Amino acid sequence: MPNIIALVTGLIFGFGLAISGMTHTEIVLGFLDVAGEWNPSLLFVLGGAVSVTVASFYWIRKLPKPVFATTFIVTEIKKIDRSLVIGSALFGIGWGISGYCPGPAIALLAAPNWEVWVFLPALLFGYGLHEYVSKKSQVNIVNLNDNQTSRPEQPTCG
Amino acid sequence: MALNNLLNALIGGILIGGSATLLFWLNGRIAGISSIVASLLFTKDRLWSALFLLGLVAGAAIYYALGGSVPVPRSNFPVWLLAAAGVLVGFGTALARGCTSGHGVCGLGRLSLRSLVATLTFLSVGLLTTFVVRHLFGVI
Repeated sequence: MPNIIALVTGLIFGFGLAISGMTHTEIVLGFLDVAGEWNPSLLFVLGGAVSVTVASFYWIRKLPKPVFATTFIVTEIKKIDRSLVIGSALFGIGWGISGYCPGPAIALLAAPNWEVWVFLPALLFGYGLHEYVSKKSQVNIVNLNDNQTSRPEQPTCG
Repeated sequence: MALNNLLNALIGGILIGGSATLLFWLNGRIAGISSIVASLLFTKDRLWSALFLLGLVAGAAIYYALGGSVPVPRSNFPVWLLAAAGVLVGFGTALARGCTSGHGVCGLGRLSLRSLVATLTFLSVGLLTTFVVRHLFGVI
């Protein structure tokens, strides 16, 4: 059952992204470009989505567990650290250049053009690079701590 | 820009929020695309991640097949710049543990201060970057 739900929620998400216009870089960049002919679409997408999640998550978090799983998998990290700010800033640079964030870039596989074949491999390379760098720094920590540390927990948000 | 486009944007946003709601309520999972990609690539949580992403592509395909507007690529955008942007988006969202969906849609939904900081950061840096790229360097 959880696998069917993953497929169906992915389907709704992808349809939502496509109808919202977020797979069109000119609409995304039209929002980010405040000095050009400003397009407020992204505000409507984010506003619409967050209005739903603020209300629903408030209610869901009161439940003892999800319907088809044993626990809610949510990051316990509360700290606002350098990784969060630097990572978000790097993402903002790439987003502001290209008009793509990860969701629309993947959804665009449904109507691929040359931009997808450049952006997606580069996106995956970026994930791989981060995995490589964080594993390497983790190895150093393990050495320092005399092998007491294990792998860091996987990201659960984002 | 037509009012119709803004209505579509709002409908799309509500569908995205609805999808995130169902995934969290039923499976206890956060609909954050960058984490889902990372879990597909680097963890044992592969099946549901793969199915979600497959659904993501199929959902967009259905909209385009129903006659929805299909994105047209830019003709003069520098390839190296698009590739550099892809690496930055991948590395940045992995480092920040979230993108527009994880921090924006879901994190703000959870009223997470971390996600608010992340969202304000990538939005403001995005605005600044687009200004520099389009108006100082003239790349469109």
